[in-house]
Amino acid sequence: MITAALAAPAAIWLFLFLILPFCAMLVFAFGKRAPEGGYQAAFTLEQFANLPSRAAAFWNTLVLAPIGALLCLLVAYPVAYYLAVKAPPQRRMILVALIVVPFWTSLLVRTYAWMYILGSRGLPNLLDLVGIADVRMLNTPGAVLLGIVYGYLPLMIMPIYVSLEKLDLRLLDASADLGARPASTFFGVTVPLSMPGVITGVALVTILLLGEYLIPQLLGGGKVFFIGNALVDLFLQSRNWPFGSAIAVTMVAVVVIVLAVSMRIAWRFAGARRVDLV
Amino acid sequence: MTKHRTTPITAAELTAEFMRLKRGSVTRRHFLGVTGLGLAAAVAGGRTGSFVREAHAEDLGSQMSLATWPNYHDPASFEAFTAKTGVAIEVNVFGSNEEMLAKLQAGGTGWDLFVPTNYTISTYAKLGLIDPLDLAKLPNYSAASESVRFSNEGTVDGTTYAVPKNWGTTGMAANTSKLKTPITSWKDFFEVAQTEADGRAMVHDYQLTTIGNALVSLGHSFNSIDPAELSKAEELLIKVKPHLFAINSDYQPGMRAGDAWLTMCWTNDGAQLNRDIPEIAYTLGTDGGEIWSDFYAIPKSAANKPAGYALLDFLKTPENAVKEHVANGTPTTDSRVLALLPAELTSNKIVYPDEAALTVLEFGAAVTLTDPGRAEVMARFKSA
Repeated sequence: MITAALAAPAAIWLFLFLILPFCAMLVFAFGKRAPEGGYQAAFTLEQFANLPSRAAAFWNTLVLAPIGALLCLLVAYPVAYYLAVKAPPQRRMILVALIVVPFWTSLLVRTYAWMYILGSRGLPNLLDLVGIADVRMLNTPGAVLLGIVYGYLPLMIMPIYVSLEKLDLRLLDASADLGARPASTFFGVTVPLSMPGVITGVALVTILLLGEYLIPQLLGGGKVFFIGNALVDLFLQSRNWPFGSAIAVTMVAVVVIVLAVSMRIAWRFAGARRVDLV
Repeated sequence: MTKHRTTPITAAELTAEFMRLKRGSVTRRHFLGVTGLGLAAAVAGGRTGSFVREAHAEDLGSQMSLATWPNYHDPASFEAFTAKTGVAIEVNVFGSNEEMLAKLQAGGTGWDLFVPTNYTISTYAKLGLIDPLDLAKLPNYSAASESVRFSNEGTVDGTTYAVPKNWGTTGMAANTSKLKTPITSWKDFFEVAQTEADGRAMVHDYQLTTIGNALVSLGHSFNSIDPAELSKAEELLIKVKPHLFAINSDYQPGMRAGDAWLTMCWTNDGAQLNRDIPEIAYTLGTDGGEIWSDFYAIPKSAANKPAGYALLDFLKTPENAVKEHVANGTPTTDSRVLALLPAELTSNKIVYPDEAALTVLEFGAAVTLTDPGRAEVMARFKSA
């Protein structure tokens, strides 16, 4: 009874703001664009038939989001490892705060700053001074990936840090005593034990990236297009709500499938290694 | 409207007013206004300012919202309005009329005044998204001194829905210190964008001008909705896209930083860029392009219409309008303002091109705003 009462607010919230809107989207996806834009009731599959025209945006999203998440992981892991294992405990909280504090500034402002760093008067200008001329950085897929790694880094560091913090350092000593080299201790003991954090971080960042709009818009110059950008265009420029809904529904389906499969693989891998250890 | 008194109220009058309020025969606002208690409360609440200003602020609220275009106003105008009325202005900047329409159709914009372009007014009126203007609330607007060529689309079936802000053209701005090829037509524009200006050219994030100018470069009308012609334009745009620096209607930052050397450009941005960086030249297409006028209109959904009218009247007041034109570099539609403009503006060929250069230009057509073909071509071009 008490459990039900406590769960009710969350359930009502989810119903009103997740389930209902999703149902509306589903209905819209089978409709038609009204003559002046918006939605007109109909039952047609023409929106879904038009999906291939946005293949490039789907492809960009499904390729750049996981690559961005993996780059994030490569940068975040050493930082989280240093924080949790190597950093002096009395300085740990300060270091964690230093990572979190930039998050208090709007992502928009921080991404704008990158526009100036990557623009002609920023890094390319410095490279020009040392003889590397005509480097273009802004409005390229590389710039978008850089912005993604920068923007999402704290979201990757934190879960990994939390799981590494619980790491029993005596296990590392035991591994060394049994003759393992540092590298095999790291890959055989530390990494498997931090897998819950890694999987959480990668899943969190990937899911958020699949809906990313701002970073490709600002650092991709409107040329590096994610599904998020295609959706904004369809709702806020073309006013083609049914097609936008069809894309959104498809994206939800794709994300669910991708996540279900990758999580299963990831957990099987992590679970297997953990059994080995015990 | 509540009358404000300049003499202190007597105890007997105060009591009488209080009884009227209690009986419900006057509103609370009237009571606070007539007794001066509203002012007292406002002053006690830490608001300063003259009595006159307070009298305005009570009717106009303390803030309003304006939807407009990039680099389009003198910030000093807004500060002067706020100083005069106590109403703070929140400015929202847009890159296309389609974006403004989409926001208004979706609802909940909160705009009290916005700046739509000529070809959109009839659709807004038809969809019931804008109010007919109550010209009695715009004492400083003078229909008689407005140029008919630029103001006629503000009137739909005899009803005035919008009054002109300024007119202008859509041409191209080129950094002549970087680009040696002369660029005089939209045909040149798209060729240079793929060659000498590779990675340095910008097009608007706006179907009307980006598709329109591509159509013009192929010898078609700026306003075409013919599927065969649109598909040719789409082909050209998708071919040019890998060579572009960006698709963005706010191109001044890119041009100023030197990231972009060539861009589709509106009169005002052309004048501002050329004023600050003389090597950036502004040219009209000899093969065609757009001539336009922007208007002020009040959304039906506006929450603070009194403030919308007040700002509109303020900006249409010739002395204030002059400052706007000097700051943003657009030509005026109002002969009263023209007479006040400094000669360096009226003799500026970017702002006031020769009439002969305008003859090939077309006004945007209403049909392009809602045509699904144009919308989809633009969306496909961007997501390609």
